Amino acid sequence: MSHYEAPIREPLIIGEKSYHDITLDVAKPVEGKANKLWWATFLIALAAFLWGLGSIFYTVGTGIGVWGLNKTVGWAWDITNFVWWVGIGHAGTLISAVLLLFRQKWRMGINRSAEAMTIFAVVQAGLFPVIHMGRMWNAHFVLPLPNQFGSLWTNFNSPLLWDVFAISTYLSVSLVFWWTGLLPDFAMLRDRAVKPFQKKIYSLLSFGWTGRAKDWQRFEEVSLVLAGLATPLVLSVHTIVSFDFATSVIPGWHTTIFPPYFVAGAVFSGFAMVNTLLIIMRKVVSLEAYITKQHIELMNIVIMVTGSIVGCAYITELFIAWYSGVEYEQYAFLNRATGPYWWAYLFMMSCNVLSPQFMWFKRLRTSIMFSFFIALVVNVGMWFERFVIIVTSLHRDYLPSSWTMFSPTFVDIGIYVGTIGFFFVLFLLYARTFPVIAQAEVKSILKSSGEHYKKLRDGNHE
Amino acid sequence: MSKKVIQAMYNDDDILMDAVKEVRAANHHIEEVYTPFPVHGLDKAMGLKGTRIAIAAFIYGCIGFAFSVWMMNYMMIEDWPQDIGGKPNMSYIENMPAFVPIMFELTVFFAAHLMVITFYMRSRLWPFKEAENPDPRTTDDMFVMEIALEGDEDEMSAFLTKTGAIELKVTEKL
Repeated sequence: MSHYEAPIREPLIIGEKSYHDITLDVAKPVEGKANKLWWATFLIALAAFLWGLGSIFYTVGTGIGVWGLNKTVGWAWDITNFVWWVGIGHAGTLISAVLLLFRQKWRMGINRSAEAMTIFAVVQAGLFPVIHMGRMWNAHFVLPLPNQFGSLWTNFNSPLLWDVFAISTYLSVSLVFWWTGLLPDFAMLRDRAVKPFQKKIYSLLSFGWTGRAKDWQRFEEVSLVLAGLATPLVLSVHTIVSFDFATSVIPGWHTTIFPPYFVAGAVFSGFAMVNTLLIIMRKVVSLEAYITKQHIELMNIVIMVTGSIVGCAYITELFIAWYSGVEYEQYAFLNRATGPYWWAYLFMMSCNVLSPQFMWFKRLRTSIMFSFFIALVVNVGMWFERFVIIVTSLHRDYLPSSWTMFSPTFVDIGIYVGTIGFFFVLFLLYARTFPVIAQAEVKSILKSSGEHYKKLRDGNHE
Repeated sequence: MSKKVIQAMYNDDDILMDAVKEVRAANHHIEEVYTPFPVHGLDKAMGLKGTRIAIAAFIYGCIGFAFSVWMMNYMMIEDWPQDIGGKPNMSYIENMPAFVPIMFELTVFFAAHLMVITFYMRSRLWPFKEAENPDPRTTDDMFVMEIALEGDEDEMSAFLTKTGAIELKVTEKL
């Protein structure tokens, strides 16, 4: 009776699985050999990564002048990519922390991979400010360290410094949250490993986890408290990213709606990326029993809701620009929609406001192919959102003689493609070496939410 | 001093829970229980005290908050006040709105990391630590209860088999 769950809830684990079956299914991709498709994708991603690395070396060696920036648009492609990646890096913690607080059992199947994606995305995001410094060997100057100038400290009034603290706290806290959850699953791989080398590696990674009752008690308490800490943290990170713009006095940036609007946008793009990756992964490593159609449907609903919030924010911004009576503000928004970058605005509006509305239809949000398509569209749309906010607010400033356009150089594009490559290199390596499903947690919901047990129980009631 | 323990292996969490209650009711001392996943209510059934790690996390958070206030007051107000956009640089409290984000971030940073480090130290988890689970299957689908062996071994074995144990092993434990 303690495992009771309402029969109306769909099972989260399909098929007649036992505890041992879950172990086998999760260990299979790690213990097996990579197939041709994995190698092909990995090599493409690696090539993209190397191209990006070359572009980074070229930038550092020659200077930021190799980018498409000019004296009017001094911030464009790099900060667009930075915000895009940070936004993507929001879904993992949302799934693992917020859904834990709300006791959503469906998080168990996807939290591990969503968190991995988060960490890898934040790593990509962190690269851009470091490269944009120009002299990245001076990157430690952003930290309040005693230095040769005596006591010249960092400026704690600056939103850019807030960003340094927010992103590094977010990255490091997500990492320990992820790793603590991984310990029991690494221990499972360690105890199954046959080859001595694998045994050694997984012993090292599992920190000697043994599964004592007291350890589990602490483990659950630590997870709960970390979730409670990570929930406001994840909201603060994109709030602070939006402060980079909102605390400036540029028309189009100086708006109080930015924090909630950026957070909603981040969740929106993050869930789209989780859907993109998991729809492929569940197929490739045959985990359809754990990442079910219901999981994808629920993520689509989150995409629909957050997409609608983002749409409301776009329209509110337009209204407030008109209502403020400030002609610079009004021009900034008019120029966004009808100026030379009208096509980017159209991309943003159609991909982010229109496309998630299809998810109102049950048929569409339960279709795997359609979900994948919309996830890709949302990823593109959210990149354009940041591009529109950043470039169109800058390219026509207060002085019409310096009005200009921005066009990226091959180096700009190279670094961006490189980070996508790096992201996939990390994710593909993860998918081959890590337990991609939090198997210990999935085992704990097997009796309440497994299809087999639900059927047994419902049969007994009738 | 080594003592004898009997390790009873179960293959189901519900059977284990009932067994734990029966063993406790029969006044045997449960040394340890190893499980592959968190079994809810097991700590209470075993009579374990609640963990105080959340209280520790709260204290760590307070330390982080105090540290951030001290740090920014020292750097921005006392050591080298600067005129940054005309913000008040002579008083921490008047400049405070600009310091809220970092006060928050450092509170979370300290609470999260120190709590996790405390957890790892208390539960003896670190790289190169040797695992101590009695059977490799305890991370897969087996549940092991370790009971101090006092009195007759056969009587104990029979009792444990009746509670649903599928395998029994007697070992010396340091």
